[in-house]
Amino acid sequence: MAEHRPVGVLSPESLAAIRVVFFQECEEHIADIESGLTALECGDCDPELVNAVFRAVHSIKGGAGIFELEALVQFAHRFESALAEVRADRVEATPDVVRVFLRAADTLADLVQAARDGQAVSLDRTGAISEELERLAASQAAAFETFDDLDFEPRPIAFTPLPPAAGPQTWRVRFRPHASLYAKGNEPLVLIRELGRLGEAVVELDAEQVPMLDAFDAEDSYLSWTITLTTTADEAAILEVFEFVEGDCELVVSREAAAAPPLPAPAPAPSARDAAPEPVEPRSVGPAAAPKDLTAIRVDLPRVERLVDLVGELVVHQAILAERISAETSRRSDTVAQALDDLSQLTRDIQEGVMAIRAQPVKAVFQRMARLVREAEAASGKRVRLVVEGEATEVDRTVIERLTEPLTHMVRNAVAHGLESPERRSALGKPVEGLVRISAAQRGGRIVIEVADDGQGLDRERVRALAVARGLVAEDATLVDEDIDNLIFAPGFSTADSISDLSGRGVGLDVVRRGVQALGGRISVSSLRGAGSTFTLSLPLTLAVLDGMLVSVGGHGLIAPLASLIETVQPRPADIRRLGASTSLLSIRGSHVPLIDLGRALGYAGARETAAPHGVALLVEDDAGEQAALLVDEVLGQRQVVIKSLEANYRPVEGVAAATILGDGRVALILDITAVIAAERRRADHANVAA
Amino acid sequence: MSESANEAQRELISFRVGEQFFCVDIMAVREIRGWSPPTPLPQSPLFVTGVINLRGQVLPIVDMAARLGLPPAEATARHVIIVVSIAGRLVGVLVDAVCDIVAVAPDALQQPPDLTGEAASAFVTGLLTDEDRLISLVALDNLIPPLDTGSQAA
Repeated sequence: MAEHRPVGVLSPESLAAIRVVFFQECEEHIADIESGLTALECGDCDPELVNAVFRAVHSIKGGAGIFELEALVQFAHRFESALAEVRADRVEATPDVVRVFLRAADTLADLVQAARDGQAVSLDRTGAISEELERLAASQAAAFETFDDLDFEPRPIAFTPLPPAAGPQTWRVRFRPHASLYAKGNEPLVLIRELGRLGEAVVELDAEQVPMLDAFDAEDSYLSWTITLTTTADEAAILEVFEFVEGDCELVVSREAAAAPPLPAPAPAPSARDAAPEPVEPRSVGPAAAPKDLTAIRVDLPRVERLVDLVGELVVHQAILAERISAETSRRSDTVAQALDDLSQLTRDIQEGVMAIRAQPVKAVFQRMARLVREAEAASGKRVRLVVEGEATEVDRTVIERLTEPLTHMVRNAVAHGLESPERRSALGKPVEGLVRISAAQRGGRIVIEVADDGQGLDRERVRALAVARGLVAEDATLVDEDIDNLIFAPGFSTADSISDLSGRGVGLDVVRRGVQALGGRISVSSLRGAGSTFTLSLPLTLAVLDGMLVSVGGHGLIAPLASLIETVQPRPADIRRLGASTSLLSIRGSHVPLIDLGRALGYAGARETAAPHGVALLVEDDAGEQAALLVDEVLGQRQVVIKSLEANYRPVEGVAAATILGDGRVALILDITAVIAAERRRADHANVAA
Repeated sequence: MSESANEAQRELISFRVGEQFFCVDIMAVREIRGWSPPTPLPQSPLFVTGVINLRGQVLPIVDMAARLGLPPAEATARHVIIVVSIAGRLVGVLVDAVCDIVAVAPDALQQPPDLTGEAASAFVTGLLTDEDRLISLVALDNLIPPLDTGSQAA
């Protein structure tokens, strides 16, 4: 019994490392549970779905046991027991049952998170759902009894060789891992220790197969164990320990020869001491576990981040090299030019490849939305059907992390404000269950996410009245429907009386929009009265590189993000008109947009007469769709630049989104167009007030 | 830094700004490099002359002369940037020249007198004399006003 302790040799550091992996795996398991249950909810009744969910819950339980996370073990156990009933077809996976499971999955996720952060979990959070799970598990017990009444014929003769069920029996377990067991990251010692929990175990190691060093293959498996286990547990419990390595080991479980051969012979009984163990067909327990994807590896994020940074450097240096060579050799030879072009192409390919490593499907975020909808349903008393599309769409990690907040808001908003109450829906002749559709797609270097509902749509009259009441628009302003819809994003629009407990949480849509804009994204809404609203969120695929236009102002390079650039124009003096004391307007094809002298706005180069005939104007659009023209000295061309944080060593600077490093090694600032326009507008306001 | 009790001497790097001498703890200094033209930042204090590229990092540059309230340095290739680490951030300090490494016993440092009204009062925390020079010890933490405040500051 004392011999099953080798796990004790693990150092605290390696245990901590395993713990980290455990929680990573938990996240994956929870994702599997969610997707399995969601598929079940949608009426898919593939039995493998239940099995997959069961396995995932079981894995969490197993791992939690190793780290002695009792609350998690207990809850996972209850969950597992209830699932086992469905798995054994004793309980039908009705929508109601699946809903209980979904809520149990939410609780399980909470418990995992609490365990990871070392927080205690209050019982009342798990209590109710625990009871429901127990009821499900117990419903079978009742059913079982009925079965006993109906079918059970006492045939004591058949059982005589068996010792009394309660009495301990001695089992001999021969366990010989294949190399694949190790390759999948399993640890025999953990399994053996698990086995030791069932009773008294004597473990013998057979190291005879270990070859001499010259023939030793570190990736191969040479060890096998024979465990003599005295336990009250039955064979199924023993086999369960090995459930996840099934197919990756030879496993022979036999009752000790003391008793007569057991009735259900588990496997060909091996002769007690077989020097050369014959491969024995492992006994299968249920369908084989889906093979783990061996083509995927797990890499620490910092390593990937470092690679991304280094490749960023490579891109910069490649550009520096190209620029230096073209500057210093007056007559560029074709071969050098060709080689440089190849290098440039290669560098870009490497960069794309590295960014692809960091790309992740939006699925993880979308799954969180499923939970959110369930909670919103519970809070609002509305019935919601969630449809998710394009969850395999990939974006850079940096974007994924920032996606949750706006999406959460949009989804909450759809349930709280978009959908009508069930009564109202049936009165309107709509299906009682409201529809919320979340979809993701890649469009032109951006990810576009839509959250659509089939609810009441925006009440434009009310929106407009509110906006007028709050002084956001003039009473007589002519607004097209689209303008009115997008007023809901205006700062100061959503106020206390429009914030419900469900949607509000104190954050207005204007804050959401600002957050999205800070990422170089846009958010907008379109709506059809009575038929629903669609929120559209578009974000760059990565926050690591940016396509921009390099311009020069007062001798300094600046990058204008291509996403906000509409066109560049060469203004004629006649196109520039002054308006009032401090505003210039540029007329472009009959319409007038404010003209901002970028050099002055940024405090470069002393005030220049804005009517200066030279220079180029960039026609840009801020995130609200407001247009303006930025006057610059020169447009130097399009560049893809690596985004460098200004905050890392300094602080945020108004009008500047970030910085980058140009081909000459100098720093160029990346413009925050929206902030530049806003600052200019404020400046003009101040000037007017002062005047 | 205060753990250097008795025999433990502090090593300081001294530098010149105009006619004045200053020093910083050597432990905070990451590297010393020649001047390269910075990219000016909008909405920044006068003494933040801009940012330069330090092997891929964006490094803000503080003009020590301007920080002292003297006329801003007309930086040339002869100027020097001392790259220091302040609370995990890297900042370049633009000075006229780096002079020396001085080792001082803690008791050789004098408290500065009341410098109220002088820009230097915010960051000069000690004085020492070396031959005929007065060298002011600069506490880097206060060299730059709080960095995290909104962009409207300064």
